[in-house]
Amino acid sequence: MSAAAADPLNAGSSSLSRYQPVFLVFGCTILGAAAQILMKTGANQIPHAGLAAMVTSLPLMAGYSLYGLSTLLLVLALRDGELSLLYPVIALTYVWVTFLSYWIFHDKLNPSRLLGVALIVVGVAILGKQSRR
Amino acid sequence: MNTPFSSMALVLVASFIGSFGAVFLKSGAARLRNGFWNILNTHLAAGVLLFLLSSYFFVRGIRHGELSVLYPMVSLGSVWTLFWSRLFFGEPFTRSKFFGLFLILAGVFFVGLGSK
Repeated sequence: MSAAAADPLNAGSSSLSRYQPVFLVFGCTILGAAAQILMKTGANQIPHAGLAAMVTSLPLMAGYSLYGLSTLLLVLALRDGELSLLYPVIALTYVWVTFLSYWIFHDKLNPSRLLGVALIVVGVAILGKQSRR
Repeated sequence: MNTPFSSMALVLVASFIGSFGAVFLKSGAARLRNGFWNILNTHLAAGVLLFLLSSYFFVRGIRHGELSVLYPMVSLGSVWTLFWSRLFFGEPFTRSKFFGLFLILAGVFFVGLGSK
């Protein structure tokens, strides 16, 4: 009881919490994808990669911060979940980056990319199903 | 376009270093069970440093060459991690782990193929 109160992440025994580490990695990949988009945006704005230009670039710094946050989520997931199940799930980042770069940078979506995205999603679903406690 | 051997070597090194980063994150994460502020521990710090080092090799590696070759090689880190997880944490090999991982590697290959 007191342990649950001290640790809100583990409170509750809904079906959601049984999948919880996978959902944390899920959040980790969304943040990681957003970080990559921000860093790409920042890199496009900086003509020459000087240190001063880098540390004053808002998108770059926001990107690094999101990377930090996404690592934190990964650590929280690894506290309770199996590494061999959770680590491959990070490939979901490719899925979000594919759609985000279509939406933001108007990169082309082609059959190959869509097939790849679909395979990754099925693979992650298989791992997610097994991680259920 | 061909993929230079140096790019493949850099990306393979990145995947290898990254897989050890994951091992250190996992062993450091276990200490969080005794309270959140155990997050400041040497294993987690080592894991983050290894991830940073790995991304340095990754960024250098994907500058030249085909992403359909290089992206799956990054994801090979998951294959190394599968072995380290069994070796260091006693996590079992299962058919769904191999199958899920195979689909993800194939998926990453096709994403890379479409990202020229």
